Amino acid sequence: MLGIWGMWGAMTDTTAEVLSTGHAARHSPPLVGPAPVIQIVPLKGLPIVAVLIAFLVASIGFNWQWGLDFNHVAGGGLWTGIDLFVGLVVGPILGRLSIPARAEFSARFMPKMVLLMPTLVAMTLASGFQLALDLGNLKASSPNHSWLIFSFVVVGVMAVIALALLEPANLAVLFEMRKPRPNGEVIAKLMKRFIYAAGITGLMQVATLIIMTRVASQ
Amino acid sequence: MNELSPQTRAQETSGQRFAPVAEVGAAALVLIVIGGIYMASYAPRRAPLGPPIGLTIASATLVLANLVMLARTKGFAWDKFFLVGRWTLLSYVVAAGLIEFAFVKDHTSGGPLVLITAMLVLFAVIVPLIISFTVARYQSSEAHL
Repeated sequence: MLGIWGMWGAMTDTTAEVLSTGHAARHSPPLVGPAPVIQIVPLKGLPIVAVLIAFLVASIGFNWQWGLDFNHVAGGGLWTGIDLFVGLVVGPILGRLSIPARAEFSARFMPKMVLLMPTLVAMTLASGFQLALDLGNLKASSPNHSWLIFSFVVVGVMAVIALALLEPANLAVLFEMRKPRPNGEVIAKLMKRFIYAAGITGLMQVATLIIMTRVASQ
Repeated sequence: MNELSPQTRAQETSGQRFAPVAEVGAAALVLIVIGGIYMASYAPRRAPLGPPIGLTIASATLVLANLVMLARTKGFAWDKFFLVGRWTLLSYVVAAGLIEFAFVKDHTSGGPLVLITAMLVLFAVIVPLIISFTVARYQSSEAHL
């Protein structure tokens, strides 16, 4: 999730500025102005997620070709596009905003990502596997077989990074930011995870684009 | 004034007093993912079950070790752990159920289905464990003097 990473890189800058004040960083409110109110899971979005998941299940259950294509193309396109857009466009812009603006943006943006990204990932992967089975791309005799195995490995690496590093850190930061006095050091430590993983996940997204266009053109 | 030495602050921030639950959980997740990729790479044929069974047993062992370590943890924000844990567990049980549904739909049965179910159960436990532990460790009172 390069996008999240780019943005959190900006948040790390925020933390660095906060920490540069020394003692005050630990015992003063690290964010200027009133702390943003953060709803960790936007409840209003849950019905939309439920509809999309029901659509995904129906597409797989009825082997609905258009539904599978829609889930895979729309989900995959948005997943990759959001990652790259947020990482390369939103992240640098965010890094130039004032600290309160960054905090307010993040407080509103990150909870939406908590719902959006897992939904897009589920749409993409579940429909993708079903499509690969239906189209025969998983058969050992298929010219796409080795490419798909490679894509499994890429997705596996991304899944481990997302589930074991990104999502826990994302939620931990949101919980930290909900405190009246967020601990800048904790946020900085969690942001480091994002920065180190950003390079890996960015490469994975580019690799996914190469694999999928290769598969589609054979 | 609550002045703290850099070392003490680093220890607090890193949460070093807690057992490596997240790290062990990540290792267990890696084993499950490798097993899943191994089995998926054989689809639609039936994969040899030996390697994924070994990986699943190894992963389950790590999860059990993790639960033991977690039970022994002191000064932990258990309220936050269970708050985050129950919702993430619900979320990942649904996700695992979706994956199971896809395999059943594709006529997976017998040993492979049992193995996939075991892997999905582990998946549905490991991820919430990592997430809720990570949130709770930084919510624990010791980490915020």
